[in-house]
Amino acid sequence: MRAASPVLSVQDLSIRFVSKERTLTAVEGLSFDVAAGETLAIVGESGCGKSITALSLLGLVPKPGLVEARTIALEGRNILEFSEDEMRHVRGNRIAMIFQEPMTALNPVVSIGEQIIEAIREHEIISKKEARNRAVELLRRVRIPDAERRLHEFPHRLSGGMRQRVMIAIALACSPAVLVADEPTTALDVTIQAQILELIDILKKESNTAVVLITHDLGVVAEHADRVLVMYAGRKIEEQPARSLFQEQLHPYTRGLLAARPRLSTLATRERLVEIPGSVPSLAEMPVGCRFAPRCGFGVPACTAADPALVQAGAGAVACIRWRELSVAE
Amino acid sequence: MTLADETRISATAAAPHQSKVRRRSFLGLLLRRPNAAAGFVLLGATAIIAALAGVIYPTDPLDMVGQPFLWPGHDPEFPLGTDMLGRDIAAGIFHGARVSLLIGSVATLVAVVIGVGIGTLTGYYSGWVDRWLMRVTELFQTIPPFLFALAVVAVLQPSIKTIVAAIGITSWPSLARLVRAEVLRLRNSEMVHAAVGIGATDARIILLHILPNAIAPVIVSASIMVATAILTESSLAFLGLGDPNVVSWGTMVGAGREVLRTDWYVATIPGIAIIFVVLGLNLLGDGLNDALDPKQNRR
Repeated sequence: MRAASPVLSVQDLSIRFVSKERTLTAVEGLSFDVAAGETLAIVGESGCGKSITALSLLGLVPKPGLVEARTIALEGRNILEFSEDEMRHVRGNRIAMIFQEPMTALNPVVSIGEQIIEAIREHEIISKKEARNRAVELLRRVRIPDAERRLHEFPHRLSGGMRQRVMIAIALACSPAVLVADEPTTALDVTIQAQILELIDILKKESNTAVVLITHDLGVVAEHADRVLVMYAGRKIEEQPARSLFQEQLHPYTRGLLAARPRLSTLATRERLVEIPGSVPSLAEMPVGCRFAPRCGFGVPACTAADPALVQAGAGAVACIRWRELSVAE
Repeated sequence: MTLADETRISATAAAPHQSKVRRRSFLGLLLRRPNAAAGFVLLGATAIIAALAGVIYPTDPLDMVGQPFLWPGHDPEFPLGTDMLGRDIAAGIFHGARVSLLIGSVATLVAVVIGVGIGTLTGYYSGWVDRWLMRVTELFQTIPPFLFALAVVAVLQPSIKTIVAAIGITSWPSLARLVRAEVLRLRNSEMVHAAVGIGATDARIILLHILPNAIAPVIVSASIMVATAILTESSLAFLGLGDPNVVSWGTMVGAGREVLRTDWYVATIPGIAIIFVVLGLNLLGDGLNDALDPKQNRR
């Protein structure tokens, strides 16, 4: 499908939470590839499994969680076979993550320079002075003015946007091949959001990093993603290049998501926003067959008979048995 | 609006900003509180007394230097009088301050090292480490600390070292629980998740991210713990389990109780010394508590 070989390749990922009473499946049969310099957006409602997927890429799924996959290959090496110590060497070094909350993700009692230096020295044996120079360079790269002086600042003196820039600097400290950004801008003002995402785009181009962008904001997807993976209730239901996704949505759920966006026209007429009826099924009570069927306006009995397979559709893929007739009907 | 009005308004608007920019030192912040300042003065006075003991009273305070039962003020050579053996009470107070501060601080140091160590391990590593170490902590907590210390000192020979050890190993459990709770809270903070996310080692996470953020309540409770340790040492000495080779305020109170009805000053003067230093430490702890609480400083 693509010329470049993927930096990150996930095949058949399942994440389960096993307890004595029951097993909850948060993610099932998820596969995707990300190439160098590409941004893959993973979108879906809260609880669809996108954040836990992000954590699984760094081997950080919390305790009772069980991660299974044919492979999670990072630069050709399957990280599932890594020991805890090898995994720690990969984290922050080859794959790094930016978290949602810049306000709380920095240590309040350590200067930001110190925190960046620590991040570098965790993975590379270099002198403190060299690390310091690298830290200044990183702060410049994330467009923090007066980087030399800012090095000694403590996090409480920085604004949310500045702190997120510092977080990005820390994530990029060792030039990782893959950057996972889990809703990096939800805690920020809209204007700052745009700046931060733009910054991630620029840095991605500079160092040819692969970006996995977890978000529920379709506006962000439209502007910053190359490809989009739509998740619903733990499964991939659609994947498409971003450009074609906004022209034609293959899955009724994706169509619903896009229809639910507020538009200027609806704002002017004070129309009620279009919504997808119902809510996401709980992990404990997953419907049989297509998981979206109970909320889908196009459901037929065949939908609940069996799991819909993911089929190739143009440049993308979709998991809906009626996608072809629905797209013709459009 | 006149120009003067405008400048006045801009001046008042600028004022709070400026006070925010000016960095107050922590000590300044602490001493602005009257209770902390009082505690600081009391503790400072005790420290000066302890430091000057060897200069002002170079001889052994246990030596008999004068007539017994000299009331305070009768003889200018013995401003606080002498006890039933003719020992100078003022010399005892000066040298006793050394013992009290030494035992109080070293015993607290022992308790802090054990308490922070165990609290950090149990809070950070859940599972069997937590279960077993917490059972040990609870075991220690079931024994009344003073009786435990008494038993330890009675079994070993009473000396400064054994008293310090006894107080140290009986007072760490509460600190361990406190630290464990703080570490548990921080362990699940976004900050630590982010540190794990960049591949930081456990040691670095604990030393750089967790302990510096958990230390404020430890400082406060350590200051109170010094006071408790001084009281415990005095109680042990009062019961005759002090180090027989050094003079301690507790020993002096204990010795004076036999003559309490006739010469009450013998027991009362060292008693007042104990009250002052313990009160000082409590006030200081109180002030530290306020000063280290960022919510209170915002006013």
